[in-house]
Amino acid sequence: MQYLFLIGSAPDAPAETEADDGPTIEEWAREVYEERGAGKMGDRLRPASEATTVRIRRGETLVTDGPFVEGSEYIGGFDVIECENLDEAVEIAAKHPMARHGLIEIRPVWSLGL
Amino acid sequence: MTSAAEVRAAVAATHRSDWARIVGGLIRFTGDWTLAEDSAQEAFETALQRWERDGIPPAPGAWLTTVARNRAIDRMRRVATEQRVLRSAAALDPAEPDADDDRLRLLFTCCHPALGLEARVALTLRSVAGLTTAEIARAFLVPEPTMAQRLVRAKAKIAHAGIPYRVPPPELLGERLPGVLAVLYLLFTEGYSATSGDAVVREPLAEEAIRLARLLRELMPRETEVSALLALMLLHHARRAGRMGESGDAVPIDLQDRALWDAVAIDEAVTLLRRSGSRGPYALQASIAARHATSPSWEATDFEGIVSDYDALLLLEPSPVVALNRAIAIGMADGAAAGLDAVRQVADAPQHLALAAEADFLRRLGRREEAAAMYRSAIAVARTAPNRRYFEARLREVET
Repeated sequence: MQYLFLIGSAPDAPAETEADDGPTIEEWAREVYEERGAGKMGDRLRPASEATTVRIRRGETLVTDGPFVEGSEYIGGFDVIECENLDEAVEIAAKHPMARHGLIEIRPVWSLGL
Repeated sequence: MTSAAEVRAAVAATHRSDWARIVGGLIRFTGDWTLAEDSAQEAFETALQRWERDGIPPAPGAWLTTVARNRAIDRMRRVATEQRVLRSAAALDPAEPDADDDRLRLLFTCCHPALGLEARVALTLRSVAGLTTAEIARAFLVPEPTMAQRLVRAKAKIAHAGIPYRVPPPELLGERLPGVLAVLYLLFTEGYSATSGDAVVREPLAEEAIRLARLLRELMPRETEVSALLALMLLHHARRAGRMGESGDAVPIDLQDRALWDAVAIDEAVTLLRRSGSRGPYALQASIAARHATSPSWEATDFEGIVSDYDALLLLEPSPVVALNRAIAIGMADGAAAGLDAVRQVADAPQHLALAAEADFLRRLGRREEAAAMYRSAIAVARTAPNRRYFEARLREVET
C-alpha cells in the first residue's frame, strides 16, 4: 500500500514541553527512509500564503493567489510512504514529531496505474 | 421430508453458531467482504429449501461452509478473477484448525479504530452477528438505504485504506481490545436503554451483544475484562423483567420486584466476575451491578461496597456521570444529608440526572417544597417521556 502523509499543525496541540518527548524529525527520517525504506519522498512545504492555485475555466487559465481549500493552510509538509497496511502506516505516523506537535492525515494513494 | 419448522430451527441455530466463522473464512480467502456475505447468505437460503427435501445434514455447519464456498467460487468465476485466489478458495477446509481465528479476525477488523463508531457497530452486526441490513436499520431506527450505504462505505474503507484483516499482534492488542469491548457494550446499552415503544424491536440487540461477548470470551479466555464485560451485561439483562412496569415505563431499581430477576443469570455473572479477578472498568461496573443484583432488598444493599467500587472507577475513568452515581451511593450509605452534599459537589453532571438526584434527597429529608421545585426543573429538562412521567409521579408524591 502507498499512503500520502499530510503533515499539519493543529490548534489543539499540547504545549511544546509536553510534546517534546519522542524522536526528532532527523531520527524519524533516518528510520523511515533509510532503515525501513518505507519513505519514498517527502519534505517541508512553504506556507499556504505562498501557494498558487491554477484552474482552467471556459478555456482560460486562471491563476490565483493562495490555497484552494480552507484548512490546507495547516499543511506544512508531506511524505509518501510505502508499507504493508494501515496499522503500519499509523505506527510510522505516530513516531513523527508532528504527531505530537500537530497532526497527520493519512490518505491512501488511489493509483491510476499510469 | 423434514418439517419446515424443524428446518427453520436448524438453519437458525446454525446461523447463530456458524455465520461468523463462514463469513470470516470466506473473507480471508477472497478478500471481498460483500462477496463473502452474499455467498453465506445464499447458502443459508439454499439450506432452507434443500434440508426440507433431503433432511438436515449430520454436520450442518460443514454443509453450509461447503455450499457458501461453492457459491463464492461461482461468483468469482462470473467476474473472472485471478486464478490464484480461486485456487486458495477451493482449498478452504471447513474443519481447519484456525476457524476460531477467522471469527476473531472478523471482529477485530469490524472494530478497527480507523472506522467511525457507527460503522463499527453496523459492520459488527452484519458481518459477525449475521443480521440483515434491514434488521440493523430497524434496530437503529434509520432508513434501510442509509444503513446499506453506511455498510458499503465501511467495507470500501477497509479495502481502500488497507485496514488489515487480522487479529492485532500482541503489541497492539492492549490498545485494540478496549475498542472491541466498547462496541459490544454500546450494542448492549443501545438495546437496553429503550424503555418504552421501541423495546420490542431492540431487545434482540442486547441479546446479540451478550452472544458476541460470549463468543469473544470463548476465543480469548485469558482476557479478564472480556469476562467482566459479559458479567456486566448478564447482570443488567437479568433484571429486565423487573424493569418494565405495567404502563411500559421503566421501574427504578429501588421499587423493582426482585422475584422477577433472573437468578440463574445472576449466579453465572457473579461466578464469571469472581473468576476473572479483574479490577478494570467493566469489572468495577459489574461489581456494582452484582452488589445490587445479589441483595435481598434495596435497603440491605451493600452501599459502602458500591461507594468503594465507584471510587476505584473514578480513578480509571473520571466522568461526571460516574461522579454523580458515586454521590448517590454516598447518600444511600451515609444518609440523605451526606448524599445531598455529595451531589451538589459534582461538576458538569447531566442536568436532568443531577436535578433528579437532588430532588430525591430533598424529598427524603422532608424538605418537600424544595424537592417539588427541583422535580419541576427535572421535568422541564427530562430527555425521554418515561423519564418525565417518573418525575411527575414523584412530584405528585411530595405535593400531597
